[in-house]
Amino acid sequence: MQEWPLWEVFIRSSNGLAHRHVGSLHAADAEMAICNARDVYTRRNEGVSIWVVRSSDIAASSPGDKALLFEPANSKVYRHPTFYEVPDEVGHM
Amino acid sequence: MTTLFDYLLRCGDTDLILSHRLSQWVGHAPAIEEELAIGNTALDLLGQAQLWLNLAAAIANDGRDVDQLAYLRDAGQYRNVLLVEQPNGDFAHTLTRQFFFDSFHYLQLGELSKSKHSGVAAIAAKSIKEVSYHLRRSRDWVITLGDGSDESHRRMVAAVENLWSYTGELFEMDQIDDELLSAGIGADLSGLRKPWLREVSGTLAAAALDVPQNDWAQRGGKRGVHTEHLGFLLAEMQFLQRAYPNATW
Repeated sequence: MQEWPLWEVFIRSSNGLAHRHVGSLHAADAEMAICNARDVYTRRNEGVSIWVVRSSDIAASSPGDKALLFEPANSKVYRHPTFYEVPDEVGHM
Repeated sequence: MTTLFDYLLRCGDTDLILSHRLSQWVGHAPAIEEELAIGNTALDLLGQAQLWLNLAAAIANDGRDVDQLAYLRDAGQYRNVLLVEQPNGDFAHTLTRQFFFDSFHYLQLGELSKSKHSGVAAIAAKSIKEVSYHLRRSRDWVITLGDGSDESHRRMVAAVENLWSYTGELFEMDQIDDELLSAGIGADLSGLRKPWLREVSGTLAAAALDVPQNDWAQRGGKRGVHTEHLGFLLAEMQFLQRAYPNATW
């Protein structure tokens, strides 16, 4: 069972919410991964939908690129929409 | 109504004994994912056993409660089918036993959910959702292992061969079955054989496994005549209540 590929599991906890990453597991194929995800991650009524994706199919940013990718956004306060007056009638945004 | 009591014991005991067999895998399964899956199935079946035996205790109304029925009867008083008391063997053996049983269980509960007895119908309707999942899982495993490596295929051939003679009993109708069927309470088990064979043949074909042609069946569990394995299982399962009567925690 060592050669089973690793899968990442995403669960949508209720209608209207987005799928959220909950963890990973091993399985021989996609169907087994969904079954295993059901058995491992939804035992306490956590979900209405499951996505699984092979971990090897996820392209990830490199931790070494942190400065290059994310720091430039730090100094650009004008990108945050904090300069608008929100009219009261709009309510909660 | 003692025939109904016996009938409920057959349902409850079959679930209880298979649940205990599956729980013996906990700590020994080949992967953590399988451990949880088998444990979940065992707990589903334990919950179902509790429902059936609760109803049985209510019908008997002789002062025994569900725990006494589960833990203080001897092998000869158990009414489970022989298939479920068979030892776990290897993983292929356990999953084959599970598939043979799940595919029957699913059909049986489908019939019982139409029962005229509201208690029986309610338990069946609740259980069939769990069993639909059990069946999907065991069916997938039979195909995966049967159509897998040479080693897994060899083990599956042995498991099918070994367990086949215990499947006939599932569909046998005796006097109790006949009586409850005509009362509109029980299921027509013999009528389930055909759809069961269709499911099993299709799955075994997909798993590159042959359907055994031998129809000779081991029988007796439903009237309390068990294989030698049940006594050992009960000795383990009932140890606590036997050694420390009325212990609770």
